[in-house]
Amino acid sequence: MRVWLIRFVLLASFLALWEITSGWLFRPFFISSPSAVLITFWKWVESGRLFYHAGITVIEAFTGFALGGLAGMAAGIVLGQSRTLADILDPFIMIFYSLPKIALAPLFVLWFGVGIDMKIILTASVVFFLVFLNTYTGVRNVSRELIAILRLMGASDRHVLTKVILPSAVSWVFAGLRLSVPYALIGAIVGELIAANQGLGYLLADASGQFNTAGVFAALLAIVLLALVLNFFVKILEKLVMPWHQDQELREFSI
Amino acid sequence: MTVDHAELITFKGFGKTFSTKAGDLRAATDINLAIGQGEFVTLVGPSGCGKSTLLNAAAGLFPPTDGQVLYRGKPVAGYNHSVGYMTQSDHLLPWRDVVGNIAVPLEIKGMGRREIADRVSELVTLVGLKGFEKSYPTQLSGGMRKRAALARLLAYDPDTLLMDEPFGALDAQLRLGLQIQLRRLCQRLNKTVLFVTHDLDEAIALADRAVVFTRRPGTVKRILTVDLPRDRNLMQLRHDRRYMELTAELWDLLAPSIAEIEALVEAA
Repeated sequence: MRVWLIRFVLLASFLALWEITSGWLFRPFFISSPSAVLITFWKWVESGRLFYHAGITVIEAFTGFALGGLAGMAAGIVLGQSRTLADILDPFIMIFYSLPKIALAPLFVLWFGVGIDMKIILTASVVFFLVFLNTYTGVRNVSRELIAILRLMGASDRHVLTKVILPSAVSWVFAGLRLSVPYALIGAIVGELIAANQGLGYLLADASGQFNTAGVFAALLAIVLLALVLNFFVKILEKLVMPWHQDQELREFSI
Repeated sequence: MTVDHAELITFKGFGKTFSTKAGDLRAATDINLAIGQGEFVTLVGPSGCGKSTLLNAAAGLFPPTDGQVLYRGKPVAGYNHSVGYMTQSDHLLPWRDVVGNIAVPLEIKGMGRREIADRVSELVTLVGLKGFEKSYPTQLSGGMRKRAALARLLAYDPDTLLMDEPFGALDAQLRLGLQIQLRRLCQRLNKTVLFVTHDLDEAIALADRAVVFTRRPGTVKRILTVDLPRDRNLMQLRHDRRYMELTAELWDLLAPSIAEIEALVEAA
């Protein structure tokens, strides 16, 4: 409760400082002001402009997130189980991993055009690696003792996969997914900044192009809100899929 | 009840060398041991004398370096599905509650849902975990986790139980309770048990025979036949003359190797 109060005071004083210094210490052209940002934001809400563009970005980020996440999980599970395959592919994976995926955007424009597909694929390729590497580590870290114990019970490969490997990799998968949320947005928005006529990234670029600083800040605000919503959904999903995890956090600590 | 002495597990000239970074490590050497069907055999000896190695080999986790391990007269090759394994760490699945954990072997067997539910609730009652069916392993105490692991072991009903200090980290009362349960269950269901322990009292109290090992590379030093009644009362053993003689004998057998360790510590 007290923490919240302090947070609120901090935020309020920051906004107040911003409002006061704007036009007095700094030119509003550069920093705008909270009130102007809010007015622009509200105008976009009223005209429905915000929801239209946010909707596009949500579709791109979400679809890319889902595709990249699923592909990353699948690849992580397959490679995590096959040491030889992982050894063979290791250098190639590292090359693609070290490549900033955003740098692929121009290539994707050539291949997939400037439509929504290109943003989805860009997002998916960013998310893929984060989820893949986490899942891979998760599958690698499965306790071999647990597998041996299930094998003694007569477990088949499928049993071992569904009863041990997948559930124990789940927490790693979610670590990857949580990490991916901001990156999914980066993928979608960078894609829109490069070439688009819709989406929050376009709104941002458009406002900036018209020297509408308040609009730039309003678009940033919308992006932040979207990130919060996405994070929230991942958290809910995590609680649904891993009920045992929550208890681990709540249980009394002892060593 | 009489012991049926049909040989179930046989170690013939068994030896095992592990290759480690620091060179080869001879864990066990020249072990000859035959365990009969329905027998409760405890294995005692100094740390690292290859007791666990013997259990692992009987489970088929690795092949012996020398000699043979036979199960029902056939060499153990690959995972031995006739044995159940329980170690000091219970190895429950953290993402499953008590019921879910006990159900694992039944699911593997391909039992129906209803059947599994019935069998699991029987086992939960048997090990005294009623009221904790929906708890996850992290929410259970060490003793409860042990009992859940024991219930899971009994769920798939293996002929042989391989137990590696299963009650090591428990307090005395809890341990006694579980020992009584285990001994009773094994006798009733005619299970064969290979039980590794560091606890000399436990080694005698539970056993039909206690196998004493030498220091590494471990080999059989002596086999004590525990001629206490099969349906012994574990609660009263402390006052049993024969029990006291046997534990004293076991103590004398192990004391020299303890003295050796002392000497090593002092030399270092």
